[in-house]
Amino acid sequence: MTKVVVAMSGGVDSSVAAALLKEQGYDVIGMMLRLWSEPGKEDSNRCCTPDSMGQARRVAAKLDIPFYVVDAKDVFHNTVVQYFLDGYARGETPNPCLICNRQIRWTFLLDHALALGADFMATGHYVRIRRAESTVQLLRAVDRNKDQAYVLHVLNQDKLRHALFPVGDHPKPEIRQIAEKYGLPTASRKDSQDLCFLAGEDYRSFLQRNAAEMLRPGQIVSRDGRSLGEHTGLANYTIGQRKGLGVASPIPLYVLGKNATTNTLVVGTQEELGSRELIARDVNWVGGEAPMEPFRAEVKIRYTAKEASALVTPLEDSRVQVQFDEPQRDITAGQAAVFFKDDLMLGGGIII
Amino acid sequence: MIYLDYSATTPVDSRVLEAMTPFFSRSFGNPSSVHRYGQAAEAAIESAREMVASVLKCRSDEVIFTSCGSESDNLAIRGAAYAVREKTGAKWILASRAEHPAITKTLQHLEQYEGFLVEWLDVDEHGRVTPEMVSRAICDNTAVVSVMYANNEIGTINPIKEIAEICHANHILFHTDAVQAAAYLPLDVQALGVDMMSLGAHKFYGPKGVGALYVRKGTPLISHLTGGGQEFNLRAGTQNVPYIVGFAEALRLTSDEREERIAHVKPLRDRIIGTVLETIPDSRLTGDMESRLPHHASFAFKDVDGNLLLTLLDAAGFACSSGSACKTGNPEPSEVMNAIGLAREWGLGSLRVTLGKDTLPEHIESFLQALPALVEKARTLGK
Repeated sequence: MTKVVVAMSGGVDSSVAAALLKEQGYDVIGMMLRLWSEPGKEDSNRCCTPDSMGQARRVAAKLDIPFYVVDAKDVFHNTVVQYFLDGYARGETPNPCLICNRQIRWTFLLDHALALGADFMATGHYVRIRRAESTVQLLRAVDRNKDQAYVLHVLNQDKLRHALFPVGDHPKPEIRQIAEKYGLPTASRKDSQDLCFLAGEDYRSFLQRNAAEMLRPGQIVSRDGRSLGEHTGLANYTIGQRKGLGVASPIPLYVLGKNATTNTLVVGTQEELGSRELIARDVNWVGGEAPMEPFRAEVKIRYTAKEASALVTPLEDSRVQVQFDEPQRDITAGQAAVFFKDDLMLGGGIII
Repeated sequence: MIYLDYSATTPVDSRVLEAMTPFFSRSFGNPSSVHRYGQAAEAAIESAREMVASVLKCRSDEVIFTSCGSESDNLAIRGAAYAVREKTGAKWILASRAEHPAITKTLQHLEQYEGFLVEWLDVDEHGRVTPEMVSRAICDNTAVVSVMYANNEIGTINPIKEIAEICHANHILFHTDAVQAAAYLPLDVQALGVDMMSLGAHKFYGPKGVGALYVRKGTPLISHLTGGGQEFNLRAGTQNVPYIVGFAEALRLTSDEREERIAHVKPLRDRIIGTVLETIPDSRLTGDMESRLPHHASFAFKDVDGNLLLTLLDAAGFACSSGSACKTGNPEPSEVMNAIGLAREWGLGSLRVTLGKDTLPEHIESFLQALPALVEKARTLGK
């Protein structure tokens, strides 16, 4: 029997993923990662509270599958949390979920799954897989509103060969119905962008506690270098932010960018906010091969952003240039730019 | 699946289950009732008590039924500590660092909330408490000493008789937690010389949810579960008649079959210890080789996450246990691993393999076939 490890969270999507695979005749094993939490805040970690662990355990019992918890605290801290802190130190707005998917879920946990003798690993992500002749394609979910392909652009062929995403073939309401049919919990974790290890708090207070030294006050400047005031630390601001700048100005000012070298926060008018172009680094091509020629694609610059048409030009050193047809607001260094051709995920990289 | 975790719990013996069955729905009376339903139930628990007394070589009114081994430990330690302090003012309690949490947590509680003082006895590298250690540690102000008969994690058997002698020479009460020992070691309380001894049925093919405490006649003890006058005013609450009957039957069978059960598990256990130490690099036996429960093998593997090893073993079809096992993925070396002085890189990688009546030689062979590769896998994954 084909063995598959399902990464379970106790929520409806991964529970239904496990149920569907069991129904399809797989030998299913449930696994959950014990991730890092700040000492004393273990009960508020969004991904692995004792509550969600208990929930996942009950689901596993209901489906009659074995369930194991794997300790990933150290590796999570050393890769994901560190990446998060380093990103802010560079003046970026990092997206640690991308690293978590690549290093923790699809490396650390996948290694454990394979060690248990599994052929595949599945998660409750809303994406689809299509096994073509020589490659495995990653497709957007049937339910576009739920599509999570953005965070999985980091996967490569080695990972995808072992990947199953059973819920991506179904619209969300159908997933709820299946959950009800099996008597599984139907509550979704709030699909927020909060990071699991922030324990439901603002990321600024996390930085304050864990990397206070990076919150150094500095100058707020205009594009042409005029000093407009003082900021409290670059990490406290996001690109496009308008409120809370503390700068007296007759017209609303927005955060345009951050310069970590000079520790300055660049602000400007709404008109200055948009940009037609970005460069992304460390681009991963899901199909394995980097394209030689410029190509047209739909590009998403944040998990929640709407895709926009653009011309993508491959550059040296795993970089690409993206030229949008229309100016885009809030292009943020540290977030990913992800390229699609219709339903097909092509790849993505980190905006610089 | 192959079950190799008999120290965690055992399946109920079919003969035990058969003995229990009439007392659920047919003979269901309350032992405290005056009528004949009550009389029948009372007769059942009193004959169970006699059966237990005959194994322990004690009087039947020295046997108190409880809900589990942990409750027996609580009754013994709390009951004796309160009673002795009331009588003499003594408020020191002595116990080894390698005791089961039913003892250690109870003592911490007594210290934190009840004004008692605890002296923790160090153990040697095998987890053993020697009579000399006890002798050095006791003082005029010692109320009670508690040392386990055999250790759950590492199987080491303590010299209970000698420790009891030292306690008695100093007029101090001595309790032993015999929950792990009961399946294989002699339980003659006269020979052992203990004042109190805790037992739990599910370690010897009886049901979970029933235990007993032997209390030598004349031992001062204050009840901590108050209510009706059941169990000689020491443990209130309507007796769990079918489980008490099951406890007694399981203990009787264990006593009757002790020799053959030992003869069955010991050679298999020895084969495990010999082969594991020989075939797995950076492995060591935890606990003593000689003075050890006959069904019990326990190891430490360097640089292995014990929890991960259990996961790999389970997925491969073997149910074992670990001192650092934690179902929530938050591994820490156990107190016992710390007490025997194992460094963290060893202490996190403990494995306990415990055998029983249904263990077959081929189970052991396939386990020994599988284990080395799984330890290696756990080492690689942990890097």
